[in-house]
Amino acid sequence: MSAVMITRKVRKWEKLPGKNTFCCDGRVMMARQKGVFYLTLFLIVGTCSLFFAFECPYLAVHLSPTVPVFAIVLFFFVIAMLLRTSFSDPGVLPRALPEEATFIEMEIEAANGNVPAGQRPPPRIRNVQINNQIVKLKYCYTCKIFRPPRASHCSICDNCVDRFDHHCPWVGNCVGKRNYRYFYMFTLSLSLLTIYIFTFDIVHVVMRSVDNGFLNTLKETPGTVLEVLVCFFTLWSVVGLTGFHTYLISLNQTTNEDIKGSWSGKNRVQNPYSHKNCFKNCFEVLCGPTYPSVLDRRGVMQEGSPVSAASAVPPSSSSNPVSQTTKTTAPLIPNEHTPDDAKPSIADSAEKNSSPREETPMAPPLASPEPDAEVAVAKDPVH
Amino acid sequence: MATEFHNLQELRHNASLVTKVFVQRDYTEGTVCRFQAKFPSELDNRIERTLLEETVKTLNSYYVEAEKIGGQSYLEGCLACATAYFVFLCMETRYEKVLKKISGYIHEQNEKIYAPRGLLLTDPIERGMRVLEISVFEDRGSGSSSPSSSMSSAGSSAR
Repeated sequence: MSAVMITRKVRKWEKLPGKNTFCCDGRVMMARQKGVFYLTLFLIVGTCSLFFAFECPYLAVHLSPTVPVFAIVLFFFVIAMLLRTSFSDPGVLPRALPEEATFIEMEIEAANGNVPAGQRPPPRIRNVQINNQIVKLKYCYTCKIFRPPRASHCSICDNCVDRFDHHCPWVGNCVGKRNYRYFYMFTLSLSLLTIYIFTFDIVHVVMRSVDNGFLNTLKETPGTVLEVLVCFFTLWSVVGLTGFHTYLISLNQTTNEDIKGSWSGKNRVQNPYSHKNCFKNCFEVLCGPTYPSVLDRRGVMQEGSPVSAASAVPPSSSSNPVSQTTKTTAPLIPNEHTPDDAKPSIADSAEKNSSPREETPMAPPLASPEPDAEVAVAKDPVH
Repeated sequence: MATEFHNLQELRHNASLVTKVFVQRDYTEGTVCRFQAKFPSELDNRIERTLLEETVKTLNSYYVEAEKIGGQSYLEGCLACATAYFVFLCMETRYEKVLKKISGYIHEQNEKIYAPRGLLLTDPIERGMRVLEISVFEDRGSGSSSPSSSMSSAGSSAR
């Protein structure tokens, strides 16, 4: 009895490490937890449906037909921006392949020189001068790369993201270099939509109350009450968020930098990326080039292509081609601090390759992520 | 330094890899894509300095063109925003156009300059725009052993 192997085309997104979910054969990329995103979608679509059902017929007749038309245009723009933010690659940096990781390790060891046994090696930091400002590039132990300036590792998605702003549960994705402008347009247009609906709700109630009385109006259009409630609470948060991001854009800062106080001005530290001109900063962030995704999610995996250094297969594991989606271990410490900020024992284990040292009984996953038991298609890296 | 690779195909299919050298990003001008012009010492006896520096300089100029913020990028951005970014379904962005040019340039450089010397450039986009990877293949042509290859003597003795 001969077994017939039907090999199907494996696309690169199926083998990507990190905790993203992919849909439509790799075209859509989101974080794993999507519950809040569905809530956002429900609130927007629900409130607008109520508006179109209760307010628009009356206002189109008694005020102007442009009122619902503009509402529809705005609604579609908001949804388009939301989906664009949620579904696109925020600017994920792929993990280093084994050769690159080894090369970087060798450079680090050469730079550190001989570390006496028992001593902690210096933290893995590269200094680079940008615009007369010393910027420290940190080493990411998960991705095995030195993070470019402004990049940060998102612990929720387990990816390094370029120009990392924040991870937004409302859109179900990270906000980074590639989708920041869509995120900003989403918050801006949502603010406008909320204000628009709120205003016309009031106008509608007032106009109707003049004819029928206030309580009768509320009885005829119960949806209005719900809309006003939703809009009232949304207004404060979304408009505030838009204002905050407008402020950040004018200074060419990210939320991450703002929270960490990277360019707060103490110790004469200034933002080296800012053009010192509000308009130039806005111009760069909103009208800059549209960066391509470097992930190549839809590319077909070649036979013999190496897996990334961060998800190596242990030799004893049996190949299991079926399970693909769940990947690597996340760092235990849920932020991007290197192990050198944490306990010394963790840093010791991180450097276990460089000098002989007693291993701590519990190998921390932060420094060298445990290899997964699956990931079948691993071939030997090119020697 | 003459090696006997005749073309790119032979290099890709028959030669065995010795090592890979990585040209890192140069962040001194900020976050724009730019590679260091520093010549890696491992390539000292494989290729002339000026050739590699010229390649890196040309690549850098391509990336500057792609990421230029000026009138054209502003118009592209405004048009895209006005159409809720649906225009990108039918139109290629300027960055993508330049990336195609870069891919063509790297292929041409590989064919003309690097493959005959037993080297192969990998397009940075395939490595996340982090590094310019240069694969070094064994130096089969020369009878004397080259320091970077431990297999060349075995290879020549096997013939």
